[in-house]
Amino acid sequence: MSKRGIVLYLHTHQPFRVRSYSVFDTAVNHDYFNEPIYNCERNNENIFKKVAQKSYRPMNEMLERLLNRHPDFKISFSITGTFLEQAEQWAPDVIESFKRLIATGRVEIIAETYYHSLAFFYSLSEFEKQVEIHQNKIRDLFGLETKVFRNTELAYNDALAKWADGKGFKGILAEGWDPILEWRSPNHVYRPTGTENIALLLKNYKLSDDVAFRFSDKGWSQWPLSAGTYNTWVNDALGDQQIVNLFMDYETFGEHQWKDTGIFDFYESFVGNWLSNPDNTFYTASEAIDAFEPVGEISMPNTVTWADNERDLTAWLGNSMQQEALRYLYEMEDDIIKSNDICLIGDWRKLQTSDHVYYMCTKWFNDGDVHAYFSPYSSPYDAFLYFMNAVRDLRWRLYYNKEEF
Amino acid sequence: MNILMLGWELPPHNSGGLGVACYHMSKALAAHGAKIDFVIPYKAHHPNTEFMTIHSATDLTPLERYGLGAYDSEKVLEKTLVEADAKDLKDMRGVQKRYVKYVENLVISTKPDIIHAHDWLTMEAGMRAKQVANVPLIVHVHATEFDRCGSSSGNPIVHEIEYQGLMMADRIMAVSNITKRIIMQKYGIPGDKIEVVHNAIDVNSFNNGYCYDASTYKYLESLKSDGYTVVSTITRFTVQKGLVHMVRAAARALERYDKLVFLFAGDGEQRDELIRLAAKYGISDKIIFTGFVRGKQWRDAYSVSDIFVMSSVSEPFGLTALEAAHHGNALIITKQSGVGEVLHSIFRYDFWDTDLLADQIVAIATNESLKRSLQEGVKNEYSRISWHDVARLCIHIYESTKKGVKS
Repeated sequence: MSKRGIVLYLHTHQPFRVRSYSVFDTAVNHDYFNEPIYNCERNNENIFKKVAQKSYRPMNEMLERLLNRHPDFKISFSITGTFLEQAEQWAPDVIESFKRLIATGRVEIIAETYYHSLAFFYSLSEFEKQVEIHQNKIRDLFGLETKVFRNTELAYNDALAKWADGKGFKGILAEGWDPILEWRSPNHVYRPTGTENIALLLKNYKLSDDVAFRFSDKGWSQWPLSAGTYNTWVNDALGDQQIVNLFMDYETFGEHQWKDTGIFDFYESFVGNWLSNPDNTFYTASEAIDAFEPVGEISMPNTVTWADNERDLTAWLGNSMQQEALRYLYEMEDDIIKSNDICLIGDWRKLQTSDHVYYMCTKWFNDGDVHAYFSPYSSPYDAFLYFMNAVRDLRWRLYYNKEEF
Repeated sequence: MNILMLGWELPPHNSGGLGVACYHMSKALAAHGAKIDFVIPYKAHHPNTEFMTIHSATDLTPLERYGLGAYDSEKVLEKTLVEADAKDLKDMRGVQKRYVKYVENLVISTKPDIIHAHDWLTMEAGMRAKQVANVPLIVHVHATEFDRCGSSSGNPIVHEIEYQGLMMADRIMAVSNITKRIIMQKYGIPGDKIEVVHNAIDVNSFNNGYCYDASTYKYLESLKSDGYTVVSTITRFTVQKGLVHMVRAAARALERYDKLVFLFAGDGEQRDELIRLAAKYGISDKIIFTGFVRGKQWRDAYSVSDIFVMSSVSEPFGLTALEAAHHGNALIITKQSGVGEVLHSIFRYDFWDTDLLADQIVAIATNESLKRSLQEGVKNEYSRISWHDVARLCIHIYESTKKGVKS
């Protein structure tokens, strides 16, 4: 009989933000991602170094401590290619610290698109290419094979599960969303409808979001949350079920929740509390799938994500600017790929990162919840204009540039 | 002849065409021998203004005056000058009250023969100066509140000031027949009190060693060498300018002919709405927003453009059309824009008629000889309109007003 376990999964990502790229740059400079002003929210180096200091370094230190202290502690990460490129350039020690975690043998890396893109919904060939590039990068850098898949923003549907099953992934991650689950619990392994072998792990969003979103909210009735209380919640929620899937952004630790909120101490204590019960353990995503048989089938014909109350893609594709931006981008696919120009293809792919269209989101105009949608631009319209200029420049490089090469 | 000019701005501290028109009119009048005292509500250095004496009614810097510009009438609170606090220079009415007081004192020493007040901003000062100095008042209307607010009703206190000023004026100068009609219809002023004095353009000010730099809009130049036609508007993005109709027409035109690219140069409160609309029509890649442009980027925007559209819902004159003509554009101008009265080699349309505008754009873009004849034709026409003719007409109006007879 397998122990009850937590699957802790941390999503690690940084986009290449587009600088204030104007029409006067178009067809002249092609450095969309190099904001010249260092002290700017669009300066990727500045942001990366800040987050490395606040989050990546202290969190990896803590995780290393926990792995050394508790033989049953396990972690799963998804780490995007755009994150890894930035870390290699601006904080190589962060890569080294990930390598030390991986060396314990108790860390799994989850597969995804290298560029944190929504390519699955636009181009299967491009999507598959990005998954492959990511697998190669993880293999080269960390010597690991990925076995479980997660799509950008946890955007999931039955077709995606079918695809992952066909590609031989043993598991796939999705949101444990009530309208889909109805009477069922997210705390089991499931099988996606229409698949042969793949298992489905569902995020327990209540317990995940207690940490990721509510931990430092002084207006929350449960604030301040102690490790002991949280341990009780997880125990109660699990009961005689199998696994609790705690999925969240890595940057929850130190960036979304700053150090002075006590997030690091809280989590370190919680892991100790949880493991002090000999019936409890941690699993990586693959281990959880190996340990438990699916208890039933789950179908999600429509795309479900881990965002907003709607759990859909409207934060990325909800308005016409966002739809336009991606339409123009993917319309270029064939010609971009045929160009065989590595720089051009790389820039095109970096523009596919979902954060770019997220910055164009206007949903919060309706609910007034400005803070829910952080953006380095003064408005969604500015984000759109800079992005469109970059798109036009890509076209120019593709169709008009006779100077280089 | 001593002329007391009451203005609100002069280049380079102008927010639009009002300051430019005032400058060139004064310069041309001075060349005809007039002695000009020009009052502005702020303090700053204005180069090349030796031909007149500039008086600053307050010590505000041009930056401090920000938000109290010639186009900010909607921000004026309902307040009569009696209620306004002349010490409150953050308030438009406070600044105007100081301006009136300053002019009251000034007329005693300068003893003008005529007072020439530009737009509602200075009309109260003009009326007071007329009272104190007992000389005729000319009110020059560059725009009424009805023009500034587009289709909405506008600021009632500004309407009131305009009505008083127009009633009290001995003579009214309107920048176009369109404006003259608005003054007659909306304010009930008899037509024989109003003279149409069209604006002009100072060609020399454009020949200051300017040379088109094709690298400024390199992307557009690339499209042009691929056969694209650049359609531009260079303006403030406000309701008055009718740009929503222009975006609609762009979508209609692109349905029929796709080698068009639209350059929207400028900024304003309507920008986001226009961006949204372009995205809704699926033509975002064909509309380029530059943001606010000045200097080289502003001149080069005219130069890179093939067709210039003035889409205004209500444009008393529209100097930018003449600037566009100077830079070799074919012009499409709404029938609601005054500048159309002085040009012939242009296309005109009603501002709401997006189908016609789309037709005209496609016709010019697909017909090289049509484009050439419009561009060359208008270039001949605009250069014949000179500020010296304007000054001559002004002096004639001054003199006939002094004599109390109709010109």
